[in-house]
Formats: sequence, C-alpha cells, structure tokens
Amino acid sequence: MNRFLLPFGIFLVLAVFLAIGLNLNPREVPSPLIDKPAPGFQLPQLHETARTLAPQDMKGKVWVFNVWASWCVACLEEHPLLVELSKLNLVPIVGLNYKDNRADALQWLQKRGDPYTLSAQDADGRVGIDYGVYGVPETYVIDKEGIIRYKRIGPVTPKVLDEQILPLVKRLQG
Amino acid sequence: MRVVLSLLLLALSLPVLAKEAVPAADDPVLERRVMKLAAELRCLVCQNQSLADSHADLAIDLKNQVRSQIREGRSDAQIREYMVARYGDFVLYSPPWKASTVLLWAGPFVLLIGGALVLVAYVRNRQGRVVTTELTAEEHARAQALLADGDRQ
Repeated sequence: MNRFLLPFGIFLVLAVFLAIGLNLNPREVPSPLIDKPAPGFQLPQLHETARTLAPQDMKGKVWVFNVWASWCVACLEEHPLLVELSKLNLVPIVGLNYKDNRADALQWLQKRGDPYTLSAQDADGRVGIDYGVYGVPETYVIDKEGIIRYKRIGPVTPKVLDEQILPLVKRLQG
Repeated sequence: MRVVLSLLLLALSLPVLAKEAVPAADDPVLERRVMKLAAELRCLVCQNQSLADSHADLAIDLKNQVRSQIREGRSDAQIREYMVARYGDFVLYSPPWKASTVLLWAGPFVLLIGGALVLVAYVRNRQGRVVTTELTAEEHARAQALLADGDRQ
C-alpha cells in the first residue's frame, strides 16, 4: 500500500498543476503598465479630425479607455455592453479607434451606437504599441492622476464589468 | 494573336507577384540586426512564434518599430527595454532572472537534482536489502552435480 502512496501523491500534484494550467488563459499576459502613468499621446479625434485628444484632457476624472476597431470581431461582442454602460453615465468612456479606416469606423458607430464620450484615431497603431495593445478589444481604467489601474484584454463581459470594472471605478472616484 | 495577347497579359501580371518582397535589403547590416532582435522577441498575437517568424500585423508594426529605433541609433538593450515596458517580460524569449522567474529558470535543475537524490537514496536502500547467504556444503555439492550434468548434454 505504502509503495503506491508516493507515486499517487506525485500524480495528484501534477494533476492539480495541469488543471490550473488548463484554466489559465494564455492570452492574458499581465501588463507591465498597471500602476504606471498612461502613456501620453496627441491624436486627431475620430469625429472632428481637426481637434485633438490627449490623456491630459481627462485629468481629474476616472475614465475607461477602450481600444477598438471596425474590423475587430470580438468588439461586436462587447459593444452593446459599452453602449449600456455609457447610458448609465457612471464613467466617461474614451475610444481609441485602432488601425482602422475612418469611414468604416464612423459607419460602425452610427449603426451600433456610439458609447464614447470622446474618440481618438490611432491610424498607424503607434499609440496602441505604447499601450501594449496586442488583441483588440482592450480596455483600461485610468484614475484621476492619469495612472492605469486596470487592463482587460479581450471583450468586456457583464461579469467583468460588474465584478471588476465598476467596483474599481467607484473606488477610484470615491 | 492569342499567344501574343496571353504573353502580354502574363507580362502585365508580373508586378503583382513582385509585391511579396518587402523592402528588406536596402541595408543588409541593419536588416540583420532587426532580424536578430526580432528572433528574441515573442509575437504576442501568435504566442509561439517570434516577431521574426510572424506575419501578423502587429509583428510587422513591431519589426518596423525595431528598424526605426535602430536607425535612430538606439542600442539592442534599449530596444528590448522598450518592448518590455509595453508588453512585459513575456515578450522576451529569454526572460531575466528575478523573483517571479526563479521557478522558471531554476525549476528544471531543482527537479534534476531532486530526481538524482531520490535515485541515490533508492539504490542505497536496495543494496541494504539484498541478503547474501552462504551455501551449505550439501547445497554446494548439489549445484556442482547439476552443472556437471549440464555439461554432458
């Protein structure tokens, strides 16, 4: 009996590691930007290209920064949720239209609703690189001092919104 | 006439093929450095490929980023730092030694040494258990007889 106890124990440990490993999402790479100042930029706005948008414009407010594109399929998934969130007027959502065609982006917003308080155009993706974007959509929560407090890679789900983003926003606003 | 026409069309289609070759080698030395660095960096979209291997949009953007930073005279270490600041240690195929990576680097050696210790302990323990017994004179004679018997056949 004792002979089998040790291999069985080792097997159990390996099985637990495997189970944990399988439940992790390899696409969610921890961002080094958390608790760092949001990288600066100065980009033309999507709706009025003559005007610019910079993170400093949002100073003093907690804001949600959402990176999206009209070619991005997963963005469709989270979009209704963002529209809903914008109607609640809890927190301003700033959009970064990432490597997109302006006409496509505007049409996309017109068709599906525009949840963004402000939208910037990142046509060549340079700002996306500064924010470590690699899988659109990505969503950040940035505090009053312009520090990134949270990053979500992939679409925002109702669960993520209710359990992570909204409580954090409330705490940062308080 | 048809032959001429098709040849003409064929000739016209050649520039389309030529598009594949990206402006790679206007400076082969620089390009070699770009590729060497890109081979050390992970493409985050297709995680098991390096930037050098990947044709994903982001990988191409990041390679251009590496290229332009080399042109600006930045060192390899500075470029690596630039990538790590944005994408984390995960972007490096050879992550640095630090608290969060100790298990990654030391783990295989710990396992190896652990395995060796278990093996040594097991073998020693077994040696202790092997019992050697002397044969009695009677058994010896019988063994001899059996062996002689075997020889005859």
